[in-house]
Parts: sequence; C-alpha cells; structure tokens
Amino acid sequence: MRLSMPSDPMRPAPTRVLTRRREVADTWTLELEPGGTAERPFAPGQFNMLYVFGVGEIPISLSGDPASPHRQVHTVRAVGPVSRALAALGPDAAVGVRGPFGQGWPVEAAAGADVVLIAGGLGLAPLRPALYYILSRRARYGRVVLLYGARSPGDILFRRELERWRRRTDLEVRVTVDHAGSDWLGRVGVATNLVPLASFDPGDTVAFVCGPEVMMRFAVAALREAGVDTAAIYLSMERNMKCAIGHCGHCQFGPTFVCKDGPVLSFERIRGLLSRKEI
Amino acid sequence: MKGIEQIVQEHPFFQGLDEAFCDLVCTCARNVRFDSGEYLFQEGGVADTLYLIRHGHVALEIAVPGRPAVRFQTLGDDELVGISWLVPPYRWAYDARAIELTRAIAMDAGCLRGKCESDHDLGYEVIKRLMPILIGRLQATRMQILDVYGAPE
Repeated sequence: MRLSMPSDPMRPAPTRVLTRRREVADTWTLELEPGGTAERPFAPGQFNMLYVFGVGEIPISLSGDPASPHRQVHTVRAVGPVSRALAALGPDAAVGVRGPFGQGWPVEAAAGADVVLIAGGLGLAPLRPALYYILSRRARYGRVVLLYGARSPGDILFRRELERWRRRTDLEVRVTVDHAGSDWLGRVGVATNLVPLASFDPGDTVAFVCGPEVMMRFAVAALREAGVDTAAIYLSMERNMKCAIGHCGHCQFGPTFVCKDGPVLSFERIRGLLSRKEI
Repeated sequence: MKGIEQIVQEHPFFQGLDEAFCDLVCTCARNVRFDSGEYLFQEGGVADTLYLIRHGHVALEIAVPGRPAVRFQTLGDDELVGISWLVPPYRWAYDARAIELTRAIAMDAGCLRGKCESDHDLGYEVIKRLMPILIGRLQATRMQILDVYGAPE
C-alpha cells in the first residue's frame, strides 16, 4: 500500500511536538502535529525523515493509527546523537518532517487471509499501524495473530495496549522475553518459539515480520517450517536511509533501495541478499 | 480415565512411535503433577528424569551470585523439560520450577537409557526425536546471546 509523496520531498515541513511519552527506559513516543491544517496520510509501514534542527535527520517509522493522519506518531529509541536529541524534544518543540516515504505492509492484499505479525523489540512500532488498520476492518481478515518478543519484561513496548489487545477474542496475542526475573509469569524464550504455538492456517497466511535482521531470518525459518509460503512473507528492512527517495544510494540493498522499494519488502525479493555479509 | 500408554502415545514427543517401542518406554513412565512454585529439579541434582509436559508452565532458571535468579526459558504444553539425563555426569545444569499447576509424564531416565542401550533401534528413534529439540534450543540460545534487542554499540 502506498500513498502519494509530498510535492517537494526534500524540504522538511516545520512541525510541532504535541506530546512525548516514555515507553521504556530508552524509548519515547512523540506525537507530532503537521504544520497548517494539512493532513499527512500514510500507509502502515511507511516512515518519515525527522530533522532535529542543528543536529541531523533520521528515518523513523510511523507507529500511530493511519486513520488519524492529522497526528503523526513516532516511537524513537534514543541510541545515537539524532535519536537522543529527538527523544528529548518536549511539547511545542519544533521538528522538521519529510515524508511519508516508502512501501508499507500489503494490508489490502492480505484481506481474506490469516495474518501473522511477528515483532521483535522496537519492531513492534512499525507493525502497530498495520494492526490498527486490520483491527479497524477486522471482518475482512481471517485469524489475526501478533507474536512479540522483547529483551526483558521492562523492555516491552506499548504494554497497556498489548494488554487491551490480549483481551480481544478476535486477536491472538503472544508475548515472550529473552530473559526475566522470577517474578515474570509470562513466557521466556525467543520470539520465533511462538510461531508453532499460534493458531493460523499456514496455507492461507500472510506474515509481516519486523525486528532486528537476525531475528527476522529466524522468524522466516520458523514460518517456513510451519508451512507458510515464502511468497506470503514480508519483512521491514532497515538500512542507512538519507534522501528517502532513492536518489542518494545510501540505503542500496542489492538491486533495491530500501527507502523507495521498501522498507517493507517481500521475502522472495530479498531472499538471496539476507545472508550476504557484504551488503 | 486414560492409561499411561495412551497418555504417552498422545504426547507429541512420542506421537507415531511404533507400538512395540511405546510398550517399552511406557514401562519407564509415570504421571506426575507439580503445584505452582514447586521445583521439578534443582541445579546440581541427579538428572534422573525426563519430563514431558502435558499441561502447565515450567520456568528454567539459573542462580546468579548476588542477583535474583535469571529466568532464561519457559516451557509449556507438549514440551519437554530436562536434557541433562542424556549425557554423563547426569547432573541438572539449572533449576526447573512450575509457575502454574503442571501435569507431566515423568520418564525414569535410567530406565529409558537402559531400554535405548539394549535396543538401538529404539535408541535411534529417541535420539531422532530429541535432536530437533536440542538444535532448536541451541539456535534460540545463540539468538539470546546475540542480544539482538540490545542497544547498538
């Protein structure tokens, strides 16, 4: 699913931070208000280039509800100079926004099938809009499953929302963490261990996977073992995106530009590239 | 009420096992239950049992000096707990504790090893069923060691 790009994709639009909420220790969700009255419609899985004036610009996935394009939500992990500056912006601070860019999750094409979303760590953020989209049109999909792996219980993103989703009878939510203390009563183990536990028809399933690349490779292996067709597996890739319109080549991944052809790419398209160490 | 033979045959670990083999392994099996908080085994103890979970949830933990125990894996319905009985010195390398009411089949490891030793076809069948589980856990451990969700350096 793709929506049209803004008229000058290289010019950041001045935008105001509306709210800033801490998700986990190093991760914040910023709600931005686009300048003027313009809405910025986006497709689940797309990203914006966020520019902290005087510091730099980085790509950040949209993590909010695509049905509310007048408020752009981004979940940022503060790990580098720009993301740290971005995560520190408080209400009313100015930020430059270019986007939305890229190809999103094929949520329309998945209608009628079972949908399995596998997220690892911060990978839940780019998948959340897809889940909002599917849940708002729930009757059009078969079984919907969210499998989420985090580092530890303290690193679980969108915890209250996960609890709400878990209470739904039309959504299967399974969460695991890599390690925990003895007070954690949920599952411990890697996210891919959740695949055999989930209820879906592998012959009629579309899978969306987002997380660290190593985790995604293991997730693909688990999905294939469960019988999911590789043509029905989609991954959200991460590379060094700069221009976001396929001109500069920084995010080149074999014959694809992650910013323009991705970030969501079908596994079939990149299967030969995933295990190449050189790229 | 189901007999132990039926319970063993229905567990995924032994599903499809030749009937004669099943009769052999069933002589090593008994039903057990653990209340929440009860240990199946503790680190350093004699690894004399293979547990096949029927229903429940078991946490595997390692004690770390000066810190609370680290829970590194949980296992649930239809999964297998305990590998250390397979190789000498047959000692548990971690603790296993039920975190909810857990019902399991307990296979006497000495008995099972003996049956496998005296009938290598059975032994090979058991090893073939164990290896994918061991490899899956090894792969998962690698991923945990990689700490893929940790902050990039």
